[in-house]
Amino acid sequence: MKIAITATAPDLDATMETRYGRAPYFVIVDSETMAWEAKANPGSNAGGGAGVQAAQFIGAQGATIVISGGFGPNAYEALAAAGIKMFTAQGSSVRQVVEAFKTGQLHEVQAPTGPERHGGRGAGRGRRGASW
Amino acid sequence: MIISVASGKGGTGKTTIAVSLALSLAAMADLPGKPLLFVDTDVEEPNAHLFLRPTIENSEPFGLPIPHVDAARCKLSGRCADVCEFHAIAVLGKKVMVFPELCHGCGSCTLVCPEHAIHEEPNQIGVIESGPVPGRSISFLRGVLNVGEASATPLIRAIKRKLPAGRTVIIDAPPGNSCPVVESMRKSDFVLLVTEPTPFGRHDLALAVQVAREEIGLPVGVVVNRDGIGDDSVDRFCRENNVPILLRIPMDRHIAEAYSNGVPLIEAEPAYKAQFLDLYRRIRQEVQR
Repeated sequence: MKIAITATAPDLDATMETRYGRAPYFVIVDSETMAWEAKANPGSNAGGGAGVQAAQFIGAQGATIVISGGFGPNAYEALAAAGIKMFTAQGSSVRQVVEAFKTGQLHEVQAPTGPERHGGRGAGRGRRGASW
Repeated sequence: MIISVASGKGGTGKTTIAVSLALSLAAMADLPGKPLLFVDTDVEEPNAHLFLRPTIENSEPFGLPIPHVDAARCKLSGRCADVCEFHAIAVLGKKVMVFPELCHGCGSCTLVCPEHAIHEEPNQIGVIESGPVPGRSISFLRGVLNVGEASATPLIRAIKRKLPAGRTVIIDAPPGNSCPVVESMRKSDFVLLVTEPTPFGRHDLALAVQVAREEIGLPVGVVVNRDGIGDDSVDRFCRENNVPILLRIPMDRHIAEAYSNGVPLIEAEPAYKAQFLDLYRRIRQEVQR
């Protein structure tokens, strides 16, 4: 089973990235063999719709599980439609996150965990917050 | 002539200045392009109506064309998802999904679909309203974006398309320096930037000058509001960058109290009327330069 984990660097021992759509890398790990490969996230600097783009990208890598810090409404909807199961984890290495998943310690996400984050359609008034 | 009133930083007094300039000009016997048209493009939080009190006589819905996919015809080519810059349409598993709040309504997906499986339906995101200001030679036009909608720019673009030629127009732009502000400024003859004399005002003023003058190529001038507070950073910036300061309004509690009661500056302080007329004269000089 292929698992995609959001990562701060292209390495199995990199720290897991808590942002999903804007993660710099996905580390794709085979849970049986622990064989892995790192892929740069093409949407890490996308103008908008990074979560949707990431869902398509992860699906194309053949992953059926994704682990990150949280999933917004668009990301959740897109991943669910692609048949990719979502799990959340916090602050440890990609390797530790995979081990935690294999021993059943991670929670499967059944609903979006974060707020909607627009920015792609020219929102961004000066006084608004994050635009990703 | 079209004058856009913008600021970069929010809360510097755009609406205060735009409304008082409009009221001053509307009373001019020889104003060209009468009646003056006042346009509120701060569609996320429009507030000029609180001061001008127009009678809204027309209200029309505004929507973006959003793709709908006929699943029976779709062969999952993925061309729609590839062409969409904003990932508003995606092929996920054996399904095409549309994310309306990401869609800019450009229609590219409809054009590239080899099966002609996509058609568009309007998705209302706001309204465009207009009407006269009773007792004044002013027409009023504004957009109101539905709460929760992310996309102000297409609504502002639709408002701008309604501007009649040959009128004197004052546009009360939104704060910030991103797409809605750029869309508000475009095709103006002059951009009046209202700022406050603080490091925050100066910081965003520099960005606004960059957008209006360097990127769009429009002449700009500055109104320093709440003059006397803060520091001299705005003055220094304007001197060093050759940006004319056209008007200064001192920090005055009376003006703030009037504002909080919905009373325009020049009604609370009629002595300013001459200064607003002088502001208009200087704007015309800058435009003709």
